[in-house]
Amino acid sequence: MQKMRVRNHQVVLNRSVGGDTGIFVFLAIMGVFMFLPMYYVVIQSLKPLDELWVFPPRFYVAKPTFGNFGDLFYLLSDSWVPFSRYIFNTVLITAAGTFGNIFFASLASYALAKIPFPGRKGTFKIIQSSLMFTSTVTGIANFLTLSTIGLLDNPLSIIIHAWGSATGLYLMKQFMESSIQDSTLESARLDGCSELKTFWTIAMPMVKPGWITLIIYSFQGLWQTGASIYIYSEQWKTLNYAISQITAGGVARMGASAAATVIMMIVPIIVFVVSQSNVIQTMGTSGMKD
Amino acid sequence: MERRNNNSPLRSIPAEEFNRIYAECGADSTSTGRRNDEPFAKRAVARKDMTMAQWTIKEMKRHKVAYFMVAPFMLVFILFTLFPVLLSFILSFTSFNMLEISWDIFIGLDNYTRLFFEDDIFLQACKNTLVFAMVIGPVSYILSFLVAWFINELAPKVRALVTLVFYAPSISGGAYTIWSALFSDDAYGWVNGILLDLGVIDTPVLWFHDENYAMTLCIVVALWMSLGTAFLSFIGGLQTLDKNQFEAAAIDGVKNRWQELWYITLPQMKNHLMFGAVMSITGAFNFGGVVTQLCGFPSVNYSCHTIMHCIDDYGNQRWEVGYASSIAFVLFLIMIGANMLVKKLLSKVGK
Repeated sequence: MQKMRVRNHQVVLNRSVGGDTGIFVFLAIMGVFMFLPMYYVVIQSLKPLDELWVFPPRFYVAKPTFGNFGDLFYLLSDSWVPFSRYIFNTVLITAAGTFGNIFFASLASYALAKIPFPGRKGTFKIIQSSLMFTSTVTGIANFLTLSTIGLLDNPLSIIIHAWGSATGLYLMKQFMESSIQDSTLESARLDGCSELKTFWTIAMPMVKPGWITLIIYSFQGLWQTGASIYIYSEQWKTLNYAISQITAGGVARMGASAAATVIMMIVPIIVFVVSQSNVIQTMGTSGMKD
Repeated sequence: MERRNNNSPLRSIPAEEFNRIYAECGADSTSTGRRNDEPFAKRAVARKDMTMAQWTIKEMKRHKVAYFMVAPFMLVFILFTLFPVLLSFILSFTSFNMLEISWDIFIGLDNYTRLFFEDDIFLQACKNTLVFAMVIGPVSYILSFLVAWFINELAPKVRALVTLVFYAPSISGGAYTIWSALFSDDAYGWVNGILLDLGVIDTPVLWFHDENYAMTLCIVVALWMSLGTAFLSFIGGLQTLDKNQFEAAAIDGVKNRWQELWYITLPQMKNHLMFGAVMSITGAFNFGGVVTQLCGFPSVNYSCHTIMHCIDDYGNQRWEVGYASSIAFVLFLIMIGANMLVKKLLSKVGK
């Protein structure tokens, strides 16, 4: 008979002490490996100029300062296109892309998950298979398509592209399938609720974790939109592009570029911290059948 | 069984059995017909009430609205994801060039013979891509699973924190550029600084611009930021496992956590393992942009040149779209092939 014990309100099998220690050591080493570079970025951004050039480089900061962030904004304010324009572009692309993606992907996932129309299995299978190859494969052809329909050098090229993101749809469809009871929808339909109304007033509120996850995914992708081959005029470049220009300034701008990196990475991390439990809940249903 | 809910009392019934009972209970009558229409369709057709085609048309009319709901997404999806694959395939047989438009461009398999017999850089890129993918893919996959599994038993708050630490690098945008500061070419880089201080080396090492180290370092960076979607999927999946099975397994004589993993956890996680694999493979092949940032484009002596760089080179810089398309199509085939292979391997889990 095995010894059982309770861990976190749940019965677990007898775990050997050696195994627990081994796992702890493994996690600790991995954790340090994952965390150190992130920590180093933050430390670099807080170092005053004289500490940035200390040899050998230090892993702590003696006199923390926000001067680098000041430098960054000074450098950016000096740019040819007003800095606010870059922010506007990134916000526009992120907001419009995310909103469209959530709306269209949820609409389609609802139909795919809950309405047995002929052809839905095949449709979903194709979408699922498209997760297997990346935008690298489609990049060249997309450029030709965009130039044919005249969307080159237009933020719409990035926005519309985001509306058709397969990963978001996939996660949403899987989540809807298992977290919305058919009987609930059925009673709504019997009450004479139209399919669209059922979707909007009944299904959507039930899959809140699903669309929060979709927002996160879409946001993470679009926020980091950098230099794109689809966009070449300066007035439509994004924040990430502007910041990468600062970083490209090399050693002379080491402090400012660390500050820029911190700003770019802190936003997605905060968004994830706020939404983590919802994302994990959605991921619980992300399994790929056959 | 896709329609079954986790909390359902029917949980312990095997899927086929469930389907059969479900169909026999008359759950396919018109009032709840939406739940499982296939048996109803088959029976109606069997009774010769209507042909399969008639049935399909009737159903299409009944669910008209569904097509309108799927349409906007599918339109964009087809335009930007499916059509490009087809277009690449067609263009790969041509010498289409953005700079000299002509209609006499059909050249058969010339692009492919050029790729595999004349283009040394492409072959080098192929080799590099495969090395990258074969190291990053499996290692990040196994790492994602192990970490997710190890932290599964931690208290929820601690687990959330550990999840964040491990997941953060993959979402932190350009934070990986810090690696080029840590491993910078001059003596101010952290690694060079320490090694010089200890007297291990007497001149700074060029790290990302040295053929001997560039590839290895890129792989390390890739692994650092590789705990992404697959990782979250595993954490989420492990949360939904049936707890009773673990207790039952303990009584049945499962001795340690590894046996439990193989016989109980992994079989239940199969669907998540498949999704995680797809995500890891995609990630492993999509790593070119990071290499460009770290090693420059092209990298020293093409030591880190990947297929993605080849496409970029021919497609966006030399505008030889036909040739670039054939490279893109080869990449497409490689990725689909990798997925097929992994699917085969995963079917052996828990047996």
